[in-house]
Amino acid sequence: MIGLTLAAAATQGAGVGAGASAAAGVGNGFLSPSGVEIAFLLVGLVTLGAAVVTVTTKQLVHAALWLVVALGGIAVEYLLLTAEFIAWVQVLIYLGSVVVLLLFGLMLTKAPIGRSPDADSGNRWVALAVAVAAAGALVWVVVDAFRTTWIDLDGPVQGSTKVSGEILFRHWVLPFEALSVLLLAALIGAVVLSRKNGDPDNTTREASPREKGKR
Amino acid sequence: MHLAYPAVLAALLFCTGLYGVLARRNAVLVLMSVELMLNAVNLNLVAFDVWLRDALHAGQALTLFTIAIAAAEIGIGLAIVLMVYRNRGTSDVDRLRDTAEGNEPAPGPDQSSVRSEVTA
Repeated sequence: MIGLTLAAAATQGAGVGAGASAAAGVGNGFLSPSGVEIAFLLVGLVTLGAAVVTVTTKQLVHAALWLVVALGGIAVEYLLLTAEFIAWVQVLIYLGSVVVLLLFGLMLTKAPIGRSPDADSGNRWVALAVAVAAAGALVWVVVDAFRTTWIDLDGPVQGSTKVSGEILFRHWVLPFEALSVLLLAALIGAVVLSRKNGDPDNTTREASPREKGKR
Repeated sequence: MHLAYPAVLAALLFCTGLYGVLARRNAVLVLMSVELMLNAVNLNLVAFDVWLRDALHAGQALTLFTIAIAAAEIGIGLAIVLMVYRNRGTSDVDRLRDTAEGNEPAPGPDQSSVRSEVTA
């Protein structure tokens, strides 16, 4: 059984795309998957495929759109893990705002529509080697460590809005408030960074003739 | 559910994001890959929280905090990318080599002023 696990981990390390199919082999081989596991596996395959397309596609806008699929798949995985509040937060924040922000970023930096051949840098193969090595090591360690561990999904729902609200505002109030201050700081920082014209003394102090001409 | 499913999926997603961060040239695509890595970590947090049945639900609370911090990060990151694009006319991370060792400063009369504005 350990050998099968290690073989599956080795095949998963051989390639990120091929690793998902090896995970399917693990599921059918010796885990006798339940319905939730099969659903998790299928959604996980879609998520991983979308993530791989996101980091490999040559069309920049398509990368953002495939990121929607990947993040939505992760939201479905949260639902399958009975963390429904996190799932909807994921849908709202990631799908609703982060992807839109990224699309705006692509548009504002005048990303080329259509295929751009220089989307990947020259160290692609080094990056691929690093990623494959990391994937192999991580998957091997994780599978070896949690071979006999099972999540009990029955019983009371652990991530409903009621439970999340209670723990968040009963035990985690102080980090929550600190986080709101951090969000405010990030908001102010983004506004300051993206302002087109600095304050007057700033422009007089360090603007070059080219900059003045541009403004 | 077997714990290996979410753990392996999170590991593979993390490594996909790792490849994207290392291999992508456009800074916005690098930020997308960072989002993938953060999501992998979030999936791990939720899976282990559900497995451990933590009374404080530390994993889910930390996931919410991570999502908020990721939103802040993407806002600041995109603001920085837009400023670099405005100053340099490019958002390729390969071309931002001013502080690289053994790299001749790019020709241009206003290089120092542009750099001071970037660091300011």
